[in-house]
Amino acid sequence: MSTVDPYAPSRETTEGTVFSVTGGDWDSLVQEIGATKEERVVVNMGPQHPSTHGVLRLVLELEGETVTEVRCGVGYLHTGIEKNMEYRSWTQGTTFVTRMDYLGPIFNETAYCLAIEKLLGITHDVPERASVIRVMMMELNRISSHMVALGTGALELGAITPMFFAFREREIVLDLFEMISGLRMNMAYIRPGGVQQDLPTGAIPKIRDAVAQMRKNFKDNSTLLVGNAIWLKRTQGIGYLDLAGATTLGITGPVLRSTGLPWDLRKTQPYCGYENYDFDVITADTCDVYGRFLIRMNELEQSLRIIEQALDKLEKLEGAPVMVLDKKIAWPAQLALGSDGLGNSLNHIRQIMGTSMESLIHHFKLVTEGFHVPAGQVYQGIESARGELGAHVVSDGGTKPYRMHFREPSFNNLQSTAAMSEGGMIADIIAAVASIDPVMGGVDR
Amino acid sequence: MFGAHGTGDTSGYGGLLRTVASAGSSERPYGGYFDDLADDLERAYPGFSGAIERVVVDRGELTLHVKCEKLVEVALILRDVLKFEMCMGVSGVHYPDNLGRELVAVYPLLSMSNNRRIRLEVSVSDSDAHIPSLVEVWAGNNWHERETFDMFGIIFDGHPGLTRILMPDDWAGHPQRKDYALGGVPIEYKGATVPAPDNRRSYT
Repeated sequence: MSTVDPYAPSRETTEGTVFSVTGGDWDSLVQEIGATKEERVVVNMGPQHPSTHGVLRLVLELEGETVTEVRCGVGYLHTGIEKNMEYRSWTQGTTFVTRMDYLGPIFNETAYCLAIEKLLGITHDVPERASVIRVMMMELNRISSHMVALGTGALELGAITPMFFAFREREIVLDLFEMISGLRMNMAYIRPGGVQQDLPTGAIPKIRDAVAQMRKNFKDNSTLLVGNAIWLKRTQGIGYLDLAGATTLGITGPVLRSTGLPWDLRKTQPYCGYENYDFDVITADTCDVYGRFLIRMNELEQSLRIIEQALDKLEKLEGAPVMVLDKKIAWPAQLALGSDGLGNSLNHIRQIMGTSMESLIHHFKLVTEGFHVPAGQVYQGIESARGELGAHVVSDGGTKPYRMHFREPSFNNLQSTAAMSEGGMIADIIAAVASIDPVMGGVDR
Repeated sequence: MFGAHGTGDTSGYGGLLRTVASAGSSERPYGGYFDDLADDLERAYPGFSGAIERVVVDRGELTLHVKCEKLVEVALILRDVLKFEMCMGVSGVHYPDNLGRELVAVYPLLSMSNNRRIRLEVSVSDSDAHIPSLVEVWAGNNWHERETFDMFGIIFDGHPGLTRILMPDDWAGHPQRKDYALGGVPIEYKGATVPAPDNRRSYT
């Protein structure tokens, strides 16, 4: 074509003609591509594309609308968190890990802290109240994370209303997070040895109200989507991955459970006392996007059940400690909100500044230098909203991690995109990727 | 009190020498299911003593230190006979002072059938950092091996497409190695530099 298309300029390369599409008039692009007489078209989808679930780049080889090959380009959100943590104390590490998978901060923190506690040999010294709070926070987080998965997944397939409902529920959870930890996201609330501070007064009734509200609200989305003819057509039989494929690809979480295998680390390798809670592992046997959608919907109710049991336990454990008693590990303060809006502990300041020089030294050393963790390595896996989140921690005996590595479920599960989508239609890639629910902050770390 | 040894230099910043002590071999009984597992592996794999350099049980976790050239053999036995269906990836560790074994690859394995975990460890020298790829055994190791190559420079022989995955393709160096220079260098990304504060873009 002789005229330059303002929306789709083209240039010649050794690989063939390259078109840059920025929106606008698709007819002229189709004409131009038709003029090249190429059967095989390679399309770059993303990294900035509204339906790729974050900065994910998909390189698609197409024949017509059929996808013959998919490759994922990741790394656009790489922030070097693992490397950064080698230069921070163990406690400071929580503020890094919480930013990896930004939709599941509590899971990141818990995996990291459980691994450190294993290295320290204090797993059984963590107070019960701290473990119960961790469980409650993780299940709240599972709800907020599944809500984003459902809402954005539906949005990417063209259903806008479910997203409004999903984000309404997520707001409820984020409000609770704010009440408990002071922050809505990236809380760094779970700390090695326990949690940062106890629940504020009046928290338990508020959480109970929120649970009741959410249980009522969840019906809105299930009414909209479960059994909806259009939704079924977009999701049933799409993104197929069976048990053999999931196993060899190391897939865990809802995608694995959609093959019918009830593998959930909360049941099979319990941590934080999950063995003391009554809940069901949800599975589906359809191996498709619809099955994964149903699993997430039904896991919401299970999370609510766990939260209610946790609240019952918390009522019995009122006033119990939320941090290990070992003062060489535990940060000392129970913070109170000061008039300047900052958290502070006046009693603690009074003690270290006014009564005991040793306390002051201790505080200074613990906060600036941190505690030592005996040399060795551990691997701790937990069931995050997306699958097995594993923390591989190596210590050389110092006050900083020698090496931190996170086995991120998003990173691993994203590998199944090709197996799920090759041979299918281009529109079904979106459904398949959405059903994996990758969070690019976690993929790239 | 806080673990300072020797000179008692507690200044904290930079003055303390840190040496990495590796855990010694463990003797039987290993405890828990580890003895059963080791028995099964010895029965199923006649070359056990030649392939496994050390068995370490530490903090309730079992680590097998495998000779590099025997890794695929051991992995296949573990997958097919001992039912370790899943490999949870690979994590590199760099020990620059451990001469001849500077680079270590750690593979956490999971058996869902038996609900067991085990860890394989392979160490190679920095000058010849080649480890056989396990992608043929567990396809999911593909990206994990690319990441470990990207971050540590370990070359996984037989990998179907060993390219960088997180860093840009034209990046030089492997950032998570301990000898990778940090800090004090001008921030630069593909030729772009950070301008002086007075030349930065600002709202008018």
